Amino acid sequence: MTRSQPLLDARKDASQVRQKAMIARHFDRLAAAPATGDKTAYTFVPGNLTELLLSFDILPVLPEINALQSAMRGKTAEYIAVAEKLGHSEDVCTYVKSDIGMLKSGNIGPTGQRLPNPDVLLLSYTGCFTFMKWFELLREEYRCPVAMLHVPYQPDGRISASMRDYVVTQLRREIIPMLERVTGRAYDEDRLRELMRRSSQAEDDLVWVLQSARTRPSPIDAYFGAVYYVGPIFSAFRGTDEAVGYYRALREEIAERIALGKGPVTPDGDLDRERFRIVVEGPPNWTSFRQFWKMFSDEGAVAVASTYAKVGGVYDTGFRHDPSRPLESLAEYCLGCYTNLGLPTRIDLLSRYVKEYDADGFLINSVKSCNSFSAGQLHILREVEARSGRPGGFIESDLVDPRYFSPANIKNRLESYFQMLEQKRLGGAA
Amino acid sequence: MSAPDSLVALVAGAEALYRDYRLGSVRDWKARTGGLAVGYLPIYIPCELLHAQGVLPVGLMGARDDLEIIKGDAYYQSYICHIPRSTVELGLNGSLDCLDGVIFPAICDVIRNLSGMWRMLFPDKLVHYLDVPQNFDPEVGGRFYRHELEALSVKLTDRGARPLDETALRAAIDLYNRYRRVVRELYALRQASPWKVPTSELYMLLRATLVLPVDEATAMLVRYRNAAAADVSRQPMDQARVLLTGSFCEQPPIGLIRTLERAGCYIVDDDFVQVTRWIRSDIPLDGDPLEHLVVAFLEDAIASPTRYLAQGEKGADLLARAHASRAEGIIFCAPSFCDPALLDQPMTVRAMDAHGVPWTAFKYAENTGQFQVIREQAGTFADSIKLWSGK
Repeated sequence: MTRSQPLLDARKDASQVRQKAMIARHFDRLAAAPATGDKTAYTFVPGNLTELLLSFDILPVLPEINALQSAMRGKTAEYIAVAEKLGHSEDVCTYVKSDIGMLKSGNIGPTGQRLPNPDVLLLSYTGCFTFMKWFELLREEYRCPVAMLHVPYQPDGRISASMRDYVVTQLRREIIPMLERVTGRAYDEDRLRELMRRSSQAEDDLVWVLQSARTRPSPIDAYFGAVYYVGPIFSAFRGTDEAVGYYRALREEIAERIALGKGPVTPDGDLDRERFRIVVEGPPNWTSFRQFWKMFSDEGAVAVASTYAKVGGVYDTGFRHDPSRPLESLAEYCLGCYTNLGLPTRIDLLSRYVKEYDADGFLINSVKSCNSFSAGQLHILREVEARSGRPGGFIESDLVDPRYFSPANIKNRLESYFQMLEQKRLGGAA
Repeated sequence: MSAPDSLVALVAGAEALYRDYRLGSVRDWKARTGGLAVGYLPIYIPCELLHAQGVLPVGLMGARDDLEIIKGDAYYQSYICHIPRSTVELGLNGSLDCLDGVIFPAICDVIRNLSGMWRMLFPDKLVHYLDVPQNFDPEVGGRFYRHELEALSVKLTDRGARPLDETALRAAIDLYNRYRRVVRELYALRQASPWKVPTSELYMLLRATLVLPVDEATAMLVRYRNAAAADVSRQPMDQARVLLTGSFCEQPPIGLIRTLERAGCYIVDDDFVQVTRWIRSDIPLDGDPLEHLVVAFLEDAIASPTRYLAQGEKGADLLARAHASRAEGIIFCAPSFCDPALLDQPMTVRAMDAHGVPWTAFKYAENTGQFQVIREQAGTFADSIKLWSGK
């Protein structure tokens, strides 16, 4: 056994309880929006402009998060079937199909309440081509205005002045005027600055938490556990006092775990013995999230860094929202999200993680739905292996389509991979 | 009666260029001129810019169905389309050695990520990701796009190409205007008399032009147009007029196009080799030629699923094309796992349904080898149009 004391609902960490309450309050506000008159915007996680939306008192709704939460509730098989029946191809992103299916099934959100129709679709076209088509599809359904922010790709791993200017000009000339029209309010840059100042505080604490995995044993799981840690900052809360409070409390909680020499929380309680330290590339599978996580924790495998925890912002390379130059900083944030980075930059980052977090290996979970992540991952595998000298593993699943999660196959591959790491370790010691 | 020899010879010549994935004609051109040759992936790049700098633009559209993919499959999972794996195969087996670089336009995540892979696989070659604006305001997206073109131009110069100058660019625009004009004339001839211009031939011709200098390409198309128009041996048949859409990146095998024709379809409009028609009308020759290239992209490009539709209704362009080509039905013919085509399809299908336009749909890969099911489906579709369309 490598763990003790199963984690019961009643024993949730204080940060988890706090986060759950924050999210519940947000969905309550969303459900009440038609009555209260609160405006809502549907938008995406990568390149989200949460501070800007909040500066207009617009409530964000994130369809990707709705899709993953639907998957965790076992609803996506049904939603995807609805979308495919309507003519959506079996080949395309299952987040999109889950969202369309959910919409056609009454648009009931993760808390069981009906989600409001959007007043505006804020299409932050960052790092994923599918986003553009997704919101073209939603526009046909909701017939509401669309604010389109095109964020150029970073093929060379650097942000040019032209890229930044392009995004800033769109913010000034198109996005802000659209939000003004939707809300009937004037743009308030001082308010935006204040929100961004709070973002920066929360980002500091998030980075501290993520980098705590450098400790041995790691007090966190930076893939499965990080899904919870990044929740508030990737969704509706960046820039709020609630987010600042959450990340400060989380940091204190993790500091305490380090002081006590504790490993990360797993589905079965605290992990007592860290056997393998792994860097993970790619999003998790959501339909069997807990089962997937247990395949790691049962083997004593801890994710010490992951790229998925960077899809809503790569903060650990130094970026912080900068209130002194708000629009430029928002542009740089959008440009810097993980899937907006060229393959060589992604490989550099992964290789760096393997080294800095002293990982035994790295693992790619390649998801069928997401070409933005997946196209090129076999090349990434070879390159990171060559650069780091640590073994890579490769498994395949999907985001929210349960048909593409084959537990026996994945478990078999993971066990073989961990055995290989063990053998390598023994061989190295001999 | 069979077609005159000149037409047969022209098509055979085009087919030889189309099938030569080792790019013999490009190698010959380089040996002859000493110029740079730079490949580009679908769908569109402004070839005028390259030509003006003395660079031969070479259109790359995968390896068709006659190259066994061995190394390329090791780079891609089964759920990713075929064109990147055949492109990698061509790169790794040396077929593309004669190219001094490759340009990857922003059309989807797969081609985008392939650009990064290419950069690492071929570090000595020019690799350029050409980002294109999805904002079509000249002051916003136009400014960004101009900068992108200028950056590309500088990269070409750094590789030994001539610096860009306005006179050369204007001359190149003139040449490409002529080329696109002939392509439009061929499409018009096919619409008017599809029996004169079988799509399987037109497609082959267009593919062949991708590896030729533009003046030679135009001359070849003119010869074909004249020969096809003059050929009285080709007589109309009782075929259904269809518009084929969705095949703008990875191309179907030529066998699939022939299968559709044999199944009773006249393809009167299509999405094949769209670089030849991306800009819909002549680009002006006065003023600032680079700015004209930018404005043409923003304001006069075809409505591709890879472009954000800022205004108007989805499917409106397809309906207009169907009307203009007098198509009696639509065939949605997209490559498997093609995000732009397949994500777009439900919206355009809905538009066709709303206007009572018959349609059918299937998918392919560039190396699809079995056409019997498609033949039956297309044949049934053509029959249903002829029997029950009420026209």
